[in-house]
Amino acid sequence: MKVSINGLHKAFESRIRLGIMSALAVNDELEFNALKEYLDVTDGNLASHIKALEKEKFIDVEKSFIGKKPNTRYFMTKAGKKAFEAHLAILEKLIKSQK
Amino acid sequence: MKPEQDYTRDIAEIRSMMERSSKFLSLAGWAGVMAGIYALAGAFAAWWMGYPLMDFVHADYGHTLGIDFLWNVFLVAIIVLVLAVGTAIWLSARKARKRNEKLWTSTSRQLLGSMAVPLITGGLFLLILFYHDFFFFWIPGAMVFYGLALYNAGRFTYKEIKALGYIQIILGLLSAASPRYGLICWAIGFGVMHIVYGIYIHNKYER
Repeated sequence: MKVSINGLHKAFESRIRLGIMSALAVNDELEFNALKEYLDVTDGNLASHIKALEKEKFIDVEKSFIGKKPNTRYFMTKAGKKAFEAHLAILEKLIKSQK
Repeated sequence: MKPEQDYTRDIAEIRSMMERSSKFLSLAGWAGVMAGIYALAGAFAAWWMGYPLMDFVHADYGHTLGIDFLWNVFLVAIIVLVLAVGTAIWLSARKARKRNEKLWTSTSRQLLGSMAVPLITGGLFLLILFYHDFFFFWIPGAMVFYGLALYNAGRFTYKEIKALGYIQIILGLLSAASPRYGLICWAIGFGVMHIVYGIYIHNKYER
């Protein structure tokens, strides 16, 4: 795992990646377009962040067809859930220690 | 090391994203208040046109009251529905704009989807009742199915909406058990309770 000095995972340094993880934490799965709406980013930008999270195996993809239209849905993996929870716990600790 | 503000902002953004992606919070409290006012006005109009209040024998009042009267009541109900839905969409669009959010998102689609099945079933059921001349079950039918829709919707918006659903279901069942209190149950459920919940949501979430 790529972890920076304060214990926070590097994959979560980007706000967009953190946003993707937050949305997937409370939804079983989300379509590409739904994520795009929530984050208000371009296709290319979102795709690159999704790719990074996929590479870490934090999220996974399920591709299917609805009629003739391709449908891409993303969901959080177990590893992703664990990493996200750990990230939250560290954030909390860091905020407390600074007070 | 990032400064403290950054971490607090991270947490705030995580929270906001979790909320936005799972609940539709642009639903305006005032929409409830307005819907309640329309419903009360509609109930008053129905009463003024001669809708029996409490003291009628429920058997075949379609014949007692006449088909013209029933069409008028039907028309009032449709006007109330269109006004209430129209106002809700308009006020929610305005609130979404203020919150810098979109109205038509995956969450609002889920919200509408959760209401669609009970509402469409209910609508068809009411048409079937009309066809069979079972007029005195209009109000119970409308209230029970609307209550079920709200109960479902509670998962995708303010949790209080679920409780409002329970109230509509209970009042609907009461008015089915005792149809002579139909208009009263309607005025309390669709009228007064919408206003109460609208004000409550406005005070709790919009100030």
